[in-house]
Amino acid sequence: MSAASEAVLRQPRRAAAKKILTPWQLARRTGFFALLAVFVIVSLFPFYWIVITSLKTPQEINAGTTSLLPGHITVSNYIDDFTQNDFLRPLLNSVLVCGCTMIITVVIAALAGYALSRTAIRAKGLFLAFILVANFFPVIAMVGPLFTVYRRIGLLDTYPGLIIADLIYTLPLATYLMSSYFSQIPRSLEEAALVDGSTRLRTLRKIVIPVAMPGVFTTAILAFMLTWNDFLLALSFMTTPSRFTATVAIVTLGQSPYQTFYNLIDAAVVIISVPIALLVLFAQRRIVSGLTAGSFR
Amino acid sequence: MAASEHTIAPSGSPSGARTGTGRARTLLGRDRRFGYLIIAPLIIVLLVITAYPLGYNIWNSFHHVDYLLPPLGAWAGVSNYEKLFTDDQFVPALLHTLAFTVVSVVVETVIGLSLALALNKRFRGRGIVRAAIFIPWAVPTVVSAELWRTMFDPQQGFVNYLLKELHLPLATTTWLDSTWTAWGAILIADAWRNTPFMAIVLLAGLQVIPSDIYEAARIDGASAWQQFWRLTLPLLKPALMVALIFRTLQSFFIFDVVYIMTGGGPGTSTNVLAYLNYKAFFALFDYGYGGAVSVALVVVALIIASAYRWVFRTDEAATA
Repeated sequence: MSAASEAVLRQPRRAAAKKILTPWQLARRTGFFALLAVFVIVSLFPFYWIVITSLKTPQEINAGTTSLLPGHITVSNYIDDFTQNDFLRPLLNSVLVCGCTMIITVVIAALAGYALSRTAIRAKGLFLAFILVANFFPVIAMVGPLFTVYRRIGLLDTYPGLIIADLIYTLPLATYLMSSYFSQIPRSLEEAALVDGSTRLRTLRKIVIPVAMPGVFTTAILAFMLTWNDFLLALSFMTTPSRFTATVAIVTLGQSPYQTFYNLIDAAVVIISVPIALLVLFAQRRIVSGLTAGSFR
Repeated sequence: MAASEHTIAPSGSPSGARTGTGRARTLLGRDRRFGYLIIAPLIIVLLVITAYPLGYNIWNSFHHVDYLLPPLGAWAGVSNYEKLFTDDQFVPALLHTLAFTVVSVVVETVIGLSLALALNKRFRGRGIVRAAIFIPWAVPTVVSAELWRTMFDPQQGFVNYLLKELHLPLATTTWLDSTWTAWGAILIADAWRNTPFMAIVLLAGLQVIPSDIYEAARIDGASAWQQFWRLTLPLLKPALMVALIFRTLQSFFIFDVVYIMTGGGPGTSTNVLAYLNYKAFFALFDYGYGGAVSVALVVVALIIASAYRWVFRTDEAATA
């Protein structure tokens, strides 16, 4: 009884609407939820479809689709991806490249973000404008020149070469994020440490970064996701199949001159989507806040 | 990174008893030097991966750098740029890309805005719905392209299966093999992945609008429609601008989906600028022509970005 009255006090309009629902309101509410259902189905149904395709046998693939439900469920496509097609290797390559890019991004962006939010450097506006322009730089325009240079200095078909190029995806957003997280920390914290004779770099590492740790996590997650998404750079710079990243390997997997083996491709698609989907489910709030904070600067 | 700057440490000025301004000046100078030192890695990396390639492309575009026709490096004047407008590749690709950009951005904005408005309401299970809708953005573009390639496949696809079950025509269409249906499939794959981004940014914009102004509008007798056009949309402008610039440029640079779903085909009917640029480097091996395409891409992107800034700025001046 008391809980109900409390709810009424909090949201008088809503409670009143619930009591007397006119046909018009009922129709509107039904329409609203129907629309939401359509959005959710459109978002998720394609995933269902690749999951059932990935569980089909080659015979079923040849026979074509006859049902919305999976027939003979088999995990042989997943096993084939890992044994015959060695899909584990590109997965590990991706983890390696994304992990390194993430760490380098966080270090460089933390330093630069600290400079932008806490030091008296001149021409901050100019630096910020340059970072913004870099954020909108077409990645394909990097490919030709970097390919030429990489071949000359031996970075072509190497992980460091790819990691350096991948920084274009992460650095601008990461720097904006780190700078805005640092700005939210009270200055008094650092000032106390500096008075005690700590160097600035040490203060940044021991005092500021630990306080800004949630922001560092957000930046790291986003950096990882943005690099995981790369296709063009790995496609351009990696020439040995054993050094392909997962996104490039998927495209070459399951292709033969005569047929496209969707069961193999879709098994790989499921494999690289699952970790990302889990990441979104567990860190959705963080990812969304980072994404929007970064884009409103 | 061997910097050990002591901001508050005893300064090296001749006498510590001097006026505060001299000491403050050294402190400020040190602070500044430290700032430049720690922002340097970012600036160096960004210059190396953006400004340097752009400069290199500009140089290439004015020289003969066709690896299939050595010797390389001779001055070529504007012949590479001339080629852009005389060959039958660049202009169609530019028009395709611009048309695709306009259509995809309009579609994604309309759907993204309605999604954002729906998710801005309170209802049970909103968190789950938001996560479900957000997931397509989180997966790589390669996944969205492969997934929709499966969906549109004549044998394995859901689309033809559904048409067949409902006894509708077109159930045997090979969607990616003719121009208009291929564009439709590309658009769907792109919109499916990127509309959530639009919705998330716009939702963040909606959430900072204070709710009491709606209260006031309701008391003044404004209809829901009026509230949307007179209140929501103007107040959403900053978020809308951010989302539009991001999505427009990303759309304009579309590559992955086209590469995977159509390869620019059938023929060259779904060729886009980034794909043409990629082919110039890796199929034609002509880095002079490729450089010219890259430069053109950057120039058009700059025009688009400044156009947005101009549109939104004059709007602000007009309403103020």
